[in-house]
Amino acid sequence: MTDLNSLTIAEARDTLRKGDATALDLTEACLTAIEGAGALNAFVHKTPDIARAMAQAADARIKAGDATSLTGIPLGIKDVFCVKGVPSQAASRILEGFRPEYESTVTQNLWNAGAVLLGKLNQDEFAMGSANESSCYGPAVNPWKVDDRQLTPGGSSGGSAAAVAADLCLAATGTDTGGSIRQPAAFTGIVGLKPTYGRVSRWGVIAYASSLDQAGPMTKTVRDAAIMLGAMASVDPQDSTSAEHPVPDYEAALTGDIRGKRIGIPREYRVDGMPAEIDALWQKGAEMLREAGAEIVEISLPHTKYALPAYYVIAPAEASSNLARYDGVRYGRRARLGQGDGIVEMYEKTRAEGFGPEVQRRVMIGTYVLSAGFYDAYYNRARKVRALIKRDFDQAFADGIDAILAPTTPSAAFGLRSVDSSDPVQMYLNDVFTVTLNLAGLPGIAVPVGLDKQGLPLGLQLFGRPFEEGDLLNHALVLERAAGFVAKPDRWW
Amino acid sequence: MSITEDQARKVAHLARIAVDDAALPALARELNGILHFMEQLNEVDVTGVEPMTGVTPMRLKRREDVVTTGEMADKILSNAPDAREGLFAVPKVVE
Repeated sequence: MTDLNSLTIAEARDTLRKGDATALDLTEACLTAIEGAGALNAFVHKTPDIARAMAQAADARIKAGDATSLTGIPLGIKDVFCVKGVPSQAASRILEGFRPEYESTVTQNLWNAGAVLLGKLNQDEFAMGSANESSCYGPAVNPWKVDDRQLTPGGSSGGSAAAVAADLCLAATGTDTGGSIRQPAAFTGIVGLKPTYGRVSRWGVIAYASSLDQAGPMTKTVRDAAIMLGAMASVDPQDSTSAEHPVPDYEAALTGDIRGKRIGIPREYRVDGMPAEIDALWQKGAEMLREAGAEIVEISLPHTKYALPAYYVIAPAEASSNLARYDGVRYGRRARLGQGDGIVEMYEKTRAEGFGPEVQRRVMIGTYVLSAGFYDAYYNRARKVRALIKRDFDQAFADGIDAILAPTTPSAAFGLRSVDSSDPVQMYLNDVFTVTLNLAGLPGIAVPVGLDKQGLPLGLQLFGRPFEEGDLLNHALVLERAAGFVAKPDRWW
Repeated sequence: MSITEDQARKVAHLARIAVDDAALPALARELNGILHFMEQLNEVDVTGVEPMTGVTPMRLKRREDVVTTGEMADKILSNAPDAREGLFAVPKVVE
């Protein structure tokens, strides 16, 4: 029998229903896997006692015939989600010791469905990063390895990606502000779904950039993403941007039939210096969808090139405002003060020692672009460009395109600390294919499609129409089946 | 536009982040690199375009202007670095 921790959610659901294993068995298998995977640095706060208690409650629920698709399913939760009584610090020193007095809507929805909390997962500090290197816990490590180098699992949801790829949990939550679910999913050979802005509540998710942040599932299969999104999504009065759309049955949308659908291939995503392998994979993906009966159409999204600079104005601007709350007064860390220090010194010293370099940089850039004299030149201009980027997508969908196919990342996973840290823009370039979607608020899903010549996973992403995640997942299912990606990392940890 | 060391000092202060004078040249250089990258946005013709404020064209939700929660001072103070007598405590504020 397969190790229980390597099951998908759908397989585990069947196993539990048939009584071939208990939720507690499943949880114990994951806890053992986590104990043996310290080298991956994926789980940063482990909650084995809570996990066992939740698994026992799930077993009682299964016995009583009151199970949902997620009852008894052990999950990892990105550190950015507030979980009552459990450290939740978004991988920042400034939230050291913070234990929320309340539960995020997403995690509450998951617990209501009967899911089991294994612990909190590593990430970039405040979800700012593309390599998981800005974490106060040190980087999570990619379970994929082809030589002596340790590779990044991507960021910011790097711990989530590493944990799912290494079978430490059945699935995990992530958040995606500029690609933070899809890029790490691509780097680790798993599925990552960023829902439409407003589909999943942001209540209790430690904020980075409020007009872009969206939580979503990171799973082993497309079907699991459908199951998990169904549990995570809700209409939430606690989040003023939560959309008033009922949550459909996403799994029921997985028919595997995309005949007659029109798939757009945006020519602007063929960027200079893109590795030939990625271009070839993209063409192969388009061919797979064509063979499944879809029509492949070249489209233009003319403002694509400006998404990255627009994002790196808007996201830091929002971050500088959101992160103003970390002042050493209400929660987390306060710096040790010198004789005669007043409140301003307290703020400045607390934030200097509590925030890492990348967070400091983004807060300062955000402060600058919002400051008098620069607001119009940078911030307002970026918001206008954002409107144009969204208009590009609106136009494509109005022309009858059902989904858009693009690469997820410009490369496979790279070595940890291999990007020059004195040139932050180099790291930002990783997000070139993913940020457009956040700016437009659309749903997107990364699907593993193949291995590169070194043997590392590469993925493609599909973009869908707003609030049509079911249709998007169905396209992704077809791609997943045609690609037949089954590779797993060899265990070295 | 480019950021001088003086401006970097001012931005750091506005952001309430202490930066050593010795670190200012590197900070100014990094910020300039990022701002230079952003200047690509100047190539775009944005005449007549309204700045985008939110993803979905919707009016923010309204609710009755009534108290819906409260009476939880202990919970609110439970994570404070320094709380006394039901209040957050801070260093002296008087100028």
